[in-house]
Amino acid sequence: MNLFRNVVFIAAIAGLVAGVVLACMQAYATVPLILKAEVYEQAGGGHEHEHAAAPAAPADATSGNAMSSAAPAANSMSAATPASAEAAAPAEDEGWAPADGLERFAFSVLANIVTGIGFALILVAVSEFAGGIGNWRQGVFWGLAGFAVFTLAPGLGLPPELPAMPAADLTERQIWWWATVAATAAGLGLITFRKSLPLAILAVALIVAPHIVGAPQPDSYKTAIPEGLHHQFVVAVTVTNLVFWLVLGAVVGVVRGRFTGTATSLRDSFA
Amino acid sequence: MTTASVSLGASVSSQSRFMQLALAAFLGIFVMGFVGFSHIDAVHNAAHDYRHSMAFPCH
Repeated sequence: MNLFRNVVFIAAIAGLVAGVVLACMQAYATVPLILKAEVYEQAGGGHEHEHAAAPAAPADATSGNAMSSAAPAANSMSAATPASAEAAAPAEDEGWAPADGLERFAFSVLANIVTGIGFALILVAVSEFAGGIGNWRQGVFWGLAGFAVFTLAPGLGLPPELPAMPAADLTERQIWWWATVAATAAGLGLITFRKSLPLAILAVALIVAPHIVGAPQPDSYKTAIPEGLHHQFVVAVTVTNLVFWLVLGAVVGVVRGRFTGTATSLRDSFA
Repeated sequence: MTTASVSLGASVSSQSRFMQLALAAFLGIFVMGFVGFSHIDAVHNAAHDYRHSMAFPCH
């Protein structure tokens, strides 16, 4: 399990660094917008259209809005005091939530680091099949690919959404998200590593297919969230994710280069 | 792109190599799937801002 250990080691370092960078960017770029949106959510009494219509079955996987229907308690993560969170809790089985402020931020940082390592594991493992990321520059290109696969492609059909925005069934959206990620990754891989025209055409078909099928959409787009706020959020999410992936790829390249001691000799080998 | 001739753990057999890399990739998918996609309320609430900020399907 020597190789496995090395992959985990590199991924842990890269995921930690990129996760911390992303958490810092989110604290300034995306989280303030989420908090603003939650004010709108609360102003609407926490029963936005679809939310109100959602059946009171929080754990029911077929009811994607069930989690949103527990909105009053979820909202409380932003503005409400713990007391009002408790007051809202009996109505919906919302479960534990971090207290506002430092605790909530700390869990966001933790989520960033843990999933950063998760993304890094995928990136390092997949890139090793293709010979490995030899230096920071190769890493930047791998990072661009990761951004295209995990942010750009799914974000076309399912743009970043703020709390209180209407959305289709959660499970359906998650399935579409994963299918789009898989198809886009396969497509990019075929284009990059197979020098064959038919396979390149197949690759384009794979990349386009999820968008022809179409992402699950809500019945109504009516929301209290101002268009401008949402647009700002889409830009913030996309740009922070781009930087995250570039940092992740570059750090993998640097750490792996140190590991194998070949960083300089491979510097110009890309393209 | 495939010019990185020095690989990690180059001495292992190709079958073992495949298994170990696949294992690492699945571990990564499991980790981000659990934090970002789990329907467990407590996990959702803990990573709420993160999920929105990553454009993961949320709520």
